[in-house]
Amino acid sequence: MLPDPTLNAYLLLSAVLFAIGTAGVFLRRNLITILLSVEIMLNAVNLTFVAVDRFRGVVDGQIIVFFVMTVAAAEAAVGLAIIIALFRHKESLNPDAFTSLKW
Amino acid sequence: MDAIFFWLLAAGTVLASVGVIFQRNPMHSVVLLIASFCALSGLYVLLGAPFVAAIQIIIYAGAIMVLFLFVVMLLNVPTEDPVHGYHARLLGGAGPRRFGAVLSLLFAVQLFLVLRTLQMTPLPTDAQQPPSTVYDIGLRLFRDYAFAFEATSVLILVAMVGAIVLARREPR
Repeated sequence: MLPDPTLNAYLLLSAVLFAIGTAGVFLRRNLITILLSVEIMLNAVNLTFVAVDRFRGVVDGQIIVFFVMTVAAAEAAVGLAIIIALFRHKESLNPDAFTSLKW
Repeated sequence: MDAIFFWLLAAGTVLASVGVIFQRNPMHSVVLLIASFCALSGLYVLLGAPFVAAIQIIIYAGAIMVLFLFVVMLLNVPTEDPVHGYHARLLGGAGPRRFGAVLSLLFAVQLFLVLRTLQMTPLPTDAQQPPSTVYDIGLRLFRDYAFAFEATSVLILVAMVGAIVLARREPR
């Protein structure tokens, strides 16, 4: 029989997700995938907030999750706009292509 | 019963997230990330947070990921540039990349070691602590967090204007 999920199980899952996101940011060479990896990291943090909320019996963490989601939406909108602008200049999504500060 | 769902959803989330990282096609990455978010929202239901589970599906999987899909289709870059030789190896490539890979591995090991030393703390069951309702969250949100809520609306307005200005074609 599987063990019942403890608080540690949720925190560990969140840590694994955060590590996957970090690895994605460093290993991938595609701006869109890098932004997706950042989203994975944000979700890992959200899971921690909700798990600790449940443990302590409060709802403050869920409200923070709500704010994190709004910030994630704003970040995605601005990030994707920057990606579109960059793609127009270089026809590439490889971050190594954008090494000059001025073009 | 909860245990089976937890391990299934946890495995689903991790596998889908690993898939996001190892896909060459950004379109597949986005779809896998939506799967990962749906599994996560199941975990939120298990944690007694139905409101967060609902907005996870509606806002994250529904709105943000569709935005990503739009941009992937708009730019029409199906796959990442293929890499050859030294750069193709997982830990090869430029210095920062290798450094980052080692650093993220180190980070995972460190988190694992730290969380292992914590004693196992069982979560309260639904009988001990009923799931939080939207009513509770709304009261807290509009009383104690009213200023943060208003500030968020300004943030969204700024992000909207910024996105339009950045993505606009410059008139020549």
